Amino acid sequence: MGGIVSPGFRGRRGVEGGEVRLPPGQYLTEDFPVLTAGPTLRVPTDTWEFVIVTETGEKHRWDWQQLMALPSERPTVDLHCVTKWSKLHTSWQGVSLDVLLEGVDTAADYAMVHSYGGYTTNLPYEDLLHGQAWIAYKFDGEDLTPEHGGPARLLVPHLYLWKSAKWVRGITLTDEDTPGFWESAGYHDYGDPWREQRYQGD
Amino acid sequence: MELFSDDFTDGNALAGPLREIFAVDMTTATGRCAGCGDEGPVAGMKVYAHAPGLVARCPSCQQVLMRLVRGPSSAWLDLRGTMSLRIPMPAE
Ligand SMILES: [Zn+2]
Repeated sequence: MGGIVSPGFRGRRGVEGGEVRLPPGQYLTEDFPVLTAGPTLRVPTDTWEFVIVTETGEKHRWDWQQLMALPSERPTVDLHCVTKWSKLHTSWQGVSLDVLLEGVDTAADYAMVHSYGGYTTNLPYEDLLHGQAWIAYKFDGEDLTPEHGGPARLLVPHLYLWKSAKWVRGITLTDEDTPGFWESAGYHDYGDPWREQRYQGD
Repeated sequence: MELFSDDFTDGNALAGPLREIFAVDMTTATGRCAGCGDEGPVAGMKVYAHAPGLVARCPSCQQVLMRLVRGPSSAWLDLRGTMSLRIPMPAE
């Protein structure tokens, strides 16, 4: 599959009068800063698993080999960190959440993403669908390094990067919204960079 | 899981940000971890500063003791991982 631009960006980003348009308050960076709320862990792929739990408690589990066997996509997306840097045209490979959620019977409105190491982040269930979210395992053609969340991280580039949980291990689908690690400590519940939803109340 | 890297500083990194909020030097306060019960000075916490906020963890069990987020017009201090803080005060 070729490059896919997140539909959320189409028509909102691009070159206008020779200037790259960025979300409000962001600046461009060429490097890839590493942000982390704790120690960086190496999660071996032989014990790695990804589990989706529905609001009725039904579990869907993938090990690393099963994830690798699923059809992957190679999205090229822009990243916007709430600490104000943006990095454009980053190349990833991963499995779309549309593929993973295909056989999941749910009427949930919200999702809580869990990581190895205990990090959590919440988002509406809808934001995982329609080509907006991936379980990404390659960056720039190389295996995703532990610093950047490898072996696999969530990639939801239409929201601020804290939503793209590193070292992802599962998603719990729920009827009610529960704030995650940063959302419960002042950051915005949704985090749309184009509406500059950095903090609660923005 | 094994440790790949661990980029933290000690709790003295909290001195300035907490001085913005509290009238006393909080780095000499003694915190008790809600995870393992260990007690230690705030200055001894493991602080992860390369993040959207400051994250202070227990040096014994890694539990998150404190999250401090500074917005333009508010600061958020989440202490749910800390059972208690004993703050030295000038004698009355
Ligand atoms: Zn502890």
